Amino acid sequence: MKTVYNRPKSLKKRVFHYCPGCGHSIAHRLICEVIDEMGIQDKTVGIPPPGCAVFAYHYFDVDMAESAHGRGAAVGTGLKRANPEAIVFTYQGDGDLAAIGTAETIHAANRGEKLTAIFINNAVYGMTGGQMAPTTLSQMVTTTTPYGRDEKLEGYPIRISEMIALTKGAVYIERVAVNSPAHIIKAKKAIRKAFQVQVDGLGYALVEILSPCPTNWKMTPVESWKWVDEVMSKEFPLGVIKDTTGAKNVD
Amino acid sequence: MLIKTVFAGFGGQGVLSMGLNLTQTAMREGKHVTYLPAYGAEMRGGTANCTVVISDEEIASPVASSPEFLVAMNQPSLVKFQNQIDAGGVVFLNTSLIDIEVTRGDVEVIRVAANQIAEELGSVRSANMVMLGAFVRKSNLVAIDALVEMVRSLLESKGTKIFAANKKALLAGYELLK
Amino acid sequence: MSGNAAIGEAAIRAGCQCYFGYPITPQNELTEYMAQNLSRRKGCTFIQAESEISAINMVYGASVAGVRAMTSSSSPGISLKQEGISYLAACELPAVIVNMSRGGPGLGSISAAQSDYYQSTRGGGHGDYRTIVLAPSSVQELADFTHRAFELSDQYLVPVIILGDGMIGQMMEPVEFKHEAPAELPIRERALRGAKGRNSRIIKTFTSNPAELEEINWSLFRRYQLIEKEETTSESYLTEDAKLILVAFGIGARIAKGAIKTARANGMKVGLFRPITLWPFPTKKLQELAKTTKFFLDFEMNMGQMVDDVHLALGDKANISFYGRPGGVIATPAEVLRVITRLYHQKGLDTKK
Ligand SMILES: Cc1ncc(C[n+]2csc(CCOP(=O)(O)OP(=O)(O)O)c2C)c(N)n1
Repeated sequence: MKTVYNRPKSLKKRVFHYCPGCGHSIAHRLICEVIDEMGIQDKTVGIPPPGCAVFAYHYFDVDMAESAHGRGAAVGTGLKRANPEAIVFTYQGDGDLAAIGTAETIHAANRGEKLTAIFINNAVYGMTGGQMAPTTLSQMVTTTTPYGRDEKLEGYPIRISEMIALTKGAVYIERVAVNSPAHIIKAKKAIRKAFQVQVDGLGYALVEILSPCPTNWKMTPVESWKWVDEVMSKEFPLGVIKDTTGAKNVD
Repeated sequence: MLIKTVFAGFGGQGVLSMGLNLTQTAMREGKHVTYLPAYGAEMRGGTANCTVVISDEEIASPVASSPEFLVAMNQPSLVKFQNQIDAGGVVFLNTSLIDIEVTRGDVEVIRVAANQIAEELGSVRSANMVMLGAFVRKSNLVAIDALVEMVRSLLESKGTKIFAANKKALLAGYELLK
Repeated sequence: MSGNAAIGEAAIRAGCQCYFGYPITPQNELTEYMAQNLSRRKGCTFIQAESEISAINMVYGASVAGVRAMTSSSSPGISLKQEGISYLAACELPAVIVNMSRGGPGLGSISAAQSDYYQSTRGGGHGDYRTIVLAPSSVQELADFTHRAFELSDQYLVPVIILGDGMIGQMMEPVEFKHEAPAELPIRERALRGAKGRNSRIIKTFTSNPAELEEINWSLFRRYQLIEKEETTSESYLTEDAKLILVAFGIGARIAKGAIKTARANGMKVGLFRPITLWPFPTKKLQELAKTTKFFLDFEMNMGQMVDDVHLALGDKANISFYGRPGGVIATPAEVLRVITRLYHQKGLDTKK
């Protein structure tokens, strides 16, 4: 008999606390699979954020150090510079990376810090109860945009990955989704590459993951997966945003 | 009079709205009230609960050391709170979801198959109202008519059908404990 | 009404025109109330900022423009606001800052705590300054003190902090709004809105001349003395015949009161002293109480912060004990009662005449 499915070694045996249909758990698993495949479990250090993924350290069986909200890129910089042998990844939400942590993130990228950023874009602040995020779509109703996000008052959904791509230190940026098996396979490839970039010492790499949040979108899991395809990825197109690694595509 | 009640269950069972309905009805009846919900991450996936204090005079502490009443809508809530109840207090068990016994001998136990009754009435979602009806009958903290009125005003925006279903559930629970 | 919503409503009624916030538990209901009720109001602004640092600096800007502005957060976010608060204090700009505090240090817990007492009452940021700190202990007081905070801030040109906690923000109690906003909202005199018809003005803190900065500090300090004299408030409850007085603030005082009621019923002569302004601390009032009562029990939901002020006030004039629960653990009245009972007995208060 052939084993087709197994728990990744670097994923602890614990039940996820995430809501049904949430993308965080899929992203966790993919990262763990990549860590296993690359054989880097014992030198990886992860930096989980305040946010729904605050308990990520309960799931990843690697060293993990909590950062203050938004400061992952700075903490990662310190960690990596102090110990260049480590493989350091930050795990950040859209509130974390694209609002309060914008400065740290852009400047870490611009310095070409050898970090891997996993950026979960679920278009809301999940942990705090579904407030507007910088990535919230126009007209979208959240608890702090009860009348729908009004571009004139609340601005536009921000494409932070494209902004980060403008920094010279960022070498690989891709946007993926985890709302269907096909997308999940692509997402894993992107994550793998973002870690490889760090192993090769090339510079800053970031994978943005469009991640369903049925609870705060007030949808069923199935509706939310559809919504990623039909609405969200229109505003945030999937695909490689920047790749100056010179490497052949893994495909 | 100073009566403390803890409502507990999982998120989505409507335990907070049970507490809120009771609190606001008592307030409208001129009593002193406090309503204290558990909040945040604690609620997600786990148990939701709230503490309601109703009194004739000013309420010192909204935190209840030893509630007179516990309304347990699911098993973990019973486990979590049963040791806190005042001796001589009353525990309401939603027997549709609880198949263990209260381990204390010094409290009265009221059994209500809230989910089943609600289901028979048309929707399991009104299980909380069935239980609340039974609670009001036993505790006598507020008048059932006043409670029905309060539920009506809170559900006004959601249409008459929803209110009718809730009212039916409340009265079914109330009649249960004749 | 929930405590958080009550602050929002009271602020709107106090003529708050600008609210700048950032999500953090357990004060999100306030931000959401303002999104709902202030954002589309004529002449008013609601912004969910990209960080607490931005939010407090938006308050600074609105205050420079001469309108009533506020921000709110909880402990970690308040830490980020400290630089901005220092600038507000230095520039003598009014502002209202709400802290629905939670367990710390670090990300801590979202449960109610009182461990930001030091931070609130000692300035919090860099430099020699103070902020008025109001500590409400009921939803009604949240509403009343929000109004008072705007008034005090405008009157003395200092930032005012409302120090609540996770519990009081979530709690619901009946509340009555006693104050209405003026029909026409006044623009403050020192506002910068363009120098039309007058000489241009500057609002700033930096100086290359230490003597000038010293003078600014002296002028602030004189104002702080005036605030100490005029605005110190506290509540005394059953203290007249008390052999033991609990000192507690905010929600801690409510829990203490619950314990005291039972202690009285059990025949113990126990009272409560509740500082309402944490800064200025009601030192004099406490000293007066120590003339007739020799035993004090300070109770806080932290490791003992206000108790320092109690020691400063009473020195060796009284016997001071402390009981605290840090980290967001909420003590019950029964627990405090046990401490009272033990202490009462240990100190021989049950036998002494
Ligand atoms: C300084 C500071 N401000 C605010 C918070 C509250 N907070 C916790 S998580 C979070 C953001 C959650 O949103 P996001 O980063 O999008 O992650 P998600 O929960 O959606 O996965 C916020 C604002 C905090 N912990 N620290």
